[in-house]
Amino acid sequence: MQSKKLGEQTYIFSHPLPILSTGSVVGKKEGAGPLGSSFDEIIADPLYGEKSWELGESKMVRRAMDLALTKAKLTFADLDLMFGGDLLNQLIAVNLAARHVPVPFFGLFGACSTFAEALGLAGIALDGGFAAKVLVSASSHYQTAERQFRYPTELGIQRKQTAHRTVTGAAAAIIGTSGGGPALTGITVGKVIDAGVKDINDMGAAMAPAAVDTIERHFSDTGRKSDYYDLIVTGDLGSIGKSLAQDMLAEAGYEIKNNYADCGVLIYAPEQDMHAGGSGCACSATVFSGYFYSQLITAELQRILLVSTGALLSPTSFQQGETIPAIAHAVSIEKV
Amino acid sequence: MDYLRAFFVGGLICLIGQLFMDLTSLTPGHVLVLFVCLGAILSGIGIYEKLVLFGGAGATVPLTGFGHAMVQGILEQTKKKGALGIMSGIFKNTSMGITAAVILAVTMAFIFDPKG
Amino acid sequence: MGQIVLNLFIANKFSTEDATGLTATVMVAIGALLTGLGWYDVLGKFAGAGSAVPITGFANSIVSPALEFKREGFVLGVGARMFAVAGPVLVYGILTSVLVGVVCFLAGTGGG
Repeated sequence: MQSKKLGEQTYIFSHPLPILSTGSVVGKKEGAGPLGSSFDEIIADPLYGEKSWELGESKMVRRAMDLALTKAKLTFADLDLMFGGDLLNQLIAVNLAARHVPVPFFGLFGACSTFAEALGLAGIALDGGFAAKVLVSASSHYQTAERQFRYPTELGIQRKQTAHRTVTGAAAAIIGTSGGGPALTGITVGKVIDAGVKDINDMGAAMAPAAVDTIERHFSDTGRKSDYYDLIVTGDLGSIGKSLAQDMLAEAGYEIKNNYADCGVLIYAPEQDMHAGGSGCACSATVFSGYFYSQLITAELQRILLVSTGALLSPTSFQQGETIPAIAHAVSIEKV
Repeated sequence: MDYLRAFFVGGLICLIGQLFMDLTSLTPGHVLVLFVCLGAILSGIGIYEKLVLFGGAGATVPLTGFGHAMVQGILEQTKKKGALGIMSGIFKNTSMGITAAVILAVTMAFIFDPKG
Repeated sequence: MGQIVLNLFIANKFSTEDATGLTATVMVAIGALLTGLGWYDVLGKFAGAGSAVPITGFANSIVSPALEFKREGFVLGVGARMFAVAGPVLVYGILTSVLVGVVCFLAGTGGG
């Protein structure tokens, strides 16, 4: 069987797979940020009317899915597969949402890299002829992440300046095999990279090496130059991780300072005092689904490389003194 | 004057705590454990009592004061009962604080919801 | 971070009383109420150690998990997780106090 792999970690799909629609909902703080108007809906109540934050996040996932379906004029019956994930133990946000959705489902855990991971897997399924229409989703939520990974939300502690803030939101996208518009053209699947960072308050430093590794691999596998893309966007390296990644790539010969952005940096304004920036699966998912997708539709952007980055630790591994392994997946999305 | 001294002592203790939190990789939890232990040790040596005489509530209210209260409870009981006092004395002085905390915690949980 | 602003130690404005137990209770009540109202985390962001170290912070560390895990029920949530943050303080405070007590006892010193 002939392999479709290009180089070591990259797959360029045999034809572009159009992203038919996206849906994005975010919380209040994200809605108040600089990209606020690019999201479909802003949900001010972190409970979204539900009894717990976890149920609220789950409802946001369903809402994002519904929005994507409505915009594509499709129903659940039209979908062949779903890939989705979140940050919670046992993926309860997406699983509790999926129980209302009669579509075959693969749940994924990639921490904050989930959205690109889902897009990549969707691309592989579509290009391989295993599906004709696939929905991908990712979500995260400030309160659910805080109470699971860190502290009770009413505890009066200070967060370090290098810390990120989990984005509350959910996004979904539907990808098909025919049609025009912004399309998925390839993925470089990341490897887990552990740079030896132990500080959970500095995720940017933990994830930057993984992002750099995947981006370098993408360019060397495809033979493309860094200016092939109008924009290279990382998921949530934050202000610290972003400059680290930029420097590391420059040292490797890839000068990207003119076409590089980070969703974690973009989603909040400095006045919102979110320290290093946003993080969470929803960070890259909503910023892509809202902001960048619309820029691709209007052709302000023609080609972007979306590199969602995830820190693959747990409170247990941290308490045991382990370093933080990270991963980054790069998906190329181009206007065709 | 009492208030000023209390302010100064309490503030100083918290300042040291803040420096620990900012300059080391110790989590706030670690710093609090450190403080309660420091309070206990300084109490045993006799230094903390002097701090209390000078700073009043400024010394008793911070967590170091909690350690101090526990040790003082022990020492009072050992005077009365000997070695048995080591085990029976800890919560003599701190009982009200802890009991209040637990009762109020459950009460608050009844009344309020976390807002995030 | 400007944490040198120590004005938030309301605690320190209380006069010293013999009934230290009562003072402690009042401080705990204040911390508990502010936590219940959702204000203590805002305070903590500003004050840092200034609100964590005093006994009001102790109350906050017990009331905030109680509130947080209420959704998981009163027994398994509130009850089981209440000391999630304050636990180490109590455990090691007790341990150290006992050790100090033993040393003092053996050394023959009583009271400080």
